[in-house]
Amino acid sequence: MALFKRLTELDRPSVPFTLDGQAVSGLAGDTLLTAVLTCAEHLRGSDFSAQARAGFCLMGACQDCWVRLGDGRRVRACATPLEAGMQVERDPGRRS
Amino acid sequence: MSAVVIVGAGPAGIRAAQTLAAHGLRPCLVDEAQQGGGQVYRRAPGNFQRPANQLYGFEARKAQAVHQTLDAMSAQIDYRPDTLVWNAEDGHLHTLSQQRVGTVQYDRLLIATGATDRILPVPGWTLPGVYSLGAAQIALKAQGCAIGEQVVFAGSGPLLYLVAYQYAKAGARVLAVLDSSPFGAQVAALPRLLLQPATLAKGLYYRAWLTAHGIAVHQGATLVEVVGEQKVEAVHWQRAGSRHSLACDGLAFAHALRSETQLADLLGCQFSWSPLNRAWLPSRDQAGRSSVPGVYLAGDGAGIMGADAAEMAGERAALALLEDMGITIDRVRGTQLERQLARIQGFRAGLEAAFPFPEQWASQAPDDLMLCRCEEISVGEVRQVVAQGHTDINRVKAHCRVGMGRCQGRMCGSAAVEIIAQAAACPPQQVGRLRAQAPIKPLPFGVEVQP
Repeated sequence: MALFKRLTELDRPSVPFTLDGQAVSGLAGDTLLTAVLTCAEHLRGSDFSAQARAGFCLMGACQDCWVRLGDGRRVRACATPLEAGMQVERDPGRRS
Repeated sequence: MSAVVIVGAGPAGIRAAQTLAAHGLRPCLVDEAQQGGGQVYRRAPGNFQRPANQLYGFEARKAQAVHQTLDAMSAQIDYRPDTLVWNAEDGHLHTLSQQRVGTVQYDRLLIATGATDRILPVPGWTLPGVYSLGAAQIALKAQGCAIGEQVVFAGSGPLLYLVAYQYAKAGARVLAVLDSSPFGAQVAALPRLLLQPATLAKGLYYRAWLTAHGIAVHQGATLVEVVGEQKVEAVHWQRAGSRHSLACDGLAFAHALRSETQLADLLGCQFSWSPLNRAWLPSRDQAGRSSVPGVYLAGDGAGIMGADAAEMAGERAALALLEDMGITIDRVRGTQLERQLARIQGFRAGLEAAFPFPEQWASQAPDDLMLCRCEEISVGEVRQVVAQGHTDINRVKAHCRVGMGRCQGRMCGSAAVEIIAQAAACPPQQVGRLRAQAPIKPLPFGVEVQP
C-alpha cells in the first residue's frame, strides 16, 4: 500500500532500492520520502510510543522522517535524493 | 576583503546576493536545499518536465526571474547549496554538508531563513497522511505527488486555498476546504486587502475556481479530530455547533506561517513582540538591520510578509549592509523599497483580519491532545506544569520537555505558547519565546570534521 499518489512526472527511469530488506523501486528524481511513501505507508516509529510516522513538513524542519541507510548514515528522507541500490531501514521506534 | 555571508537562498537571499554582487562584493550564499529558490519557488529535480507555469501558476514569471538571477550569478558569488547551518557565534557559522561539519567565517551576515507552517494540532495529527499545507504543496510541486487519493485541506491563510486549487488542478481529488475563518472576517478585511488588488484577485480566483469545480468550501469550520488506525481514515469537523465527518486518506492543515528565527537568537539579536505575527521576532530597523552590528534580517524569517516582500527586503537589507561598509548606494532606491514594503505590511494586516487567528483553539484543545510530536507531550501535561505556577515557556519546557525534541519547537512551539497563555490566563507575549539551542537541527552521529 502507498500513502502518496503520483499525479504527474511519471516518465522517469525506475530506480531500484530496498526497504527493510524488500526489493522495491522509485523513480529518478524522487526524494527518499517520495520513494518510500509511494510503496509504503510510513517512514519511522515514534520515540516514545512506536507509532507510525510518515514525515510532516517535507522541508527539513520537523525531523519526523529520519531513516537509516545500509552504509550506516542516518538521513532526513525528505531532503535526501534516492540513489540506486540504497538500503533504507525504517526505525521501529520505542515505547516508553 | 571583508566576508559577507547570506543564509538562505529563497527570494530574499537571492535578491540580497544579487545586490551585493552588483556592488562588487563576492558574497557567500549558504543554503540547506540542493537547489535555490526557497520553499515558495522551490525547484523540481532537473529531470522533471512540467513547465514553470504549471509549477508556479500566476507566480511563474517571478519564480523564473529569481531562479535565473541565481543561476546567472554563479561566477560572482560563492554559492553553497546543500549546506545546513546548525550554529552561529562570534563571526562563524557552523555548517553540515555531505555528512561533514565545517565553519564559514563572516564579518557581516544577512539572515534570510524563511518560514515554516504555523501548526495548531488536533487529535490524530501525527497519523501518516496528515501533513502541513506547505508539505502538501512541496509534494506536488517538487515531486509530482499528492499526499493521498482523497484529500481534505483545513486551517486558514492564503496557502489554504492556493494548495487546494493546485491539487485539484493537477488532478487530485479534493474533498473539501475547511477554513476556520468566518466569511464575515474576509468581507470586513476587504478595504485593506485592496491595497494589493492583484494578490486579492488571485485569492478570489482560487476560491471561485474551487466552487465552480464543485469542491465544497466551508467557512467558519473547525477541524476537530483526525481518526484512523495506521493512517488517516476520516476527519471530524464542526461548524455552528453541528458536527460532520468526512472519510479521506489525506489531510493538509496549517494556520498561516511562522518565522525561522533561531540564528538571530543564537547571535543575541534583540526580539520584540509582533501582535500581527503573534510571535516574538528579531527587532530590525526599516532597512533590515538587527540590534547586533553586522547582522541583517530579510524575508519571512524576520516576519511573515510573503515572497514579493522578501525580494524587496533582501535587496533593502543588502543596501543597508553596503552602506554600513561605506560603499555608495542608491539612497532613492532604498527609500522606494521601504515605501513598497510598508504598503505590503498594510495588506498583510488585512490578510490577518481576513484569516484571523483562532483564539478559541487553546481553550478547546483536549487534555489528551498530543502537542509535541517529537517528545509526545500532551496538552494536559503542559497544563499541569502551568498549574504548578510556571508560565515562562522555557521553564515549562524544562519541566515537561515540550519543545525540547528533534524539531526544537518548530512544529509545536506556537501552539505551546497558546496553551500556556490560556492556562495561565495571560496574553501570549508574557509566555516568552523558546530559546534557540545549537545544534538548531540534529547532527547525525559520525559526521566528519572538515580539515
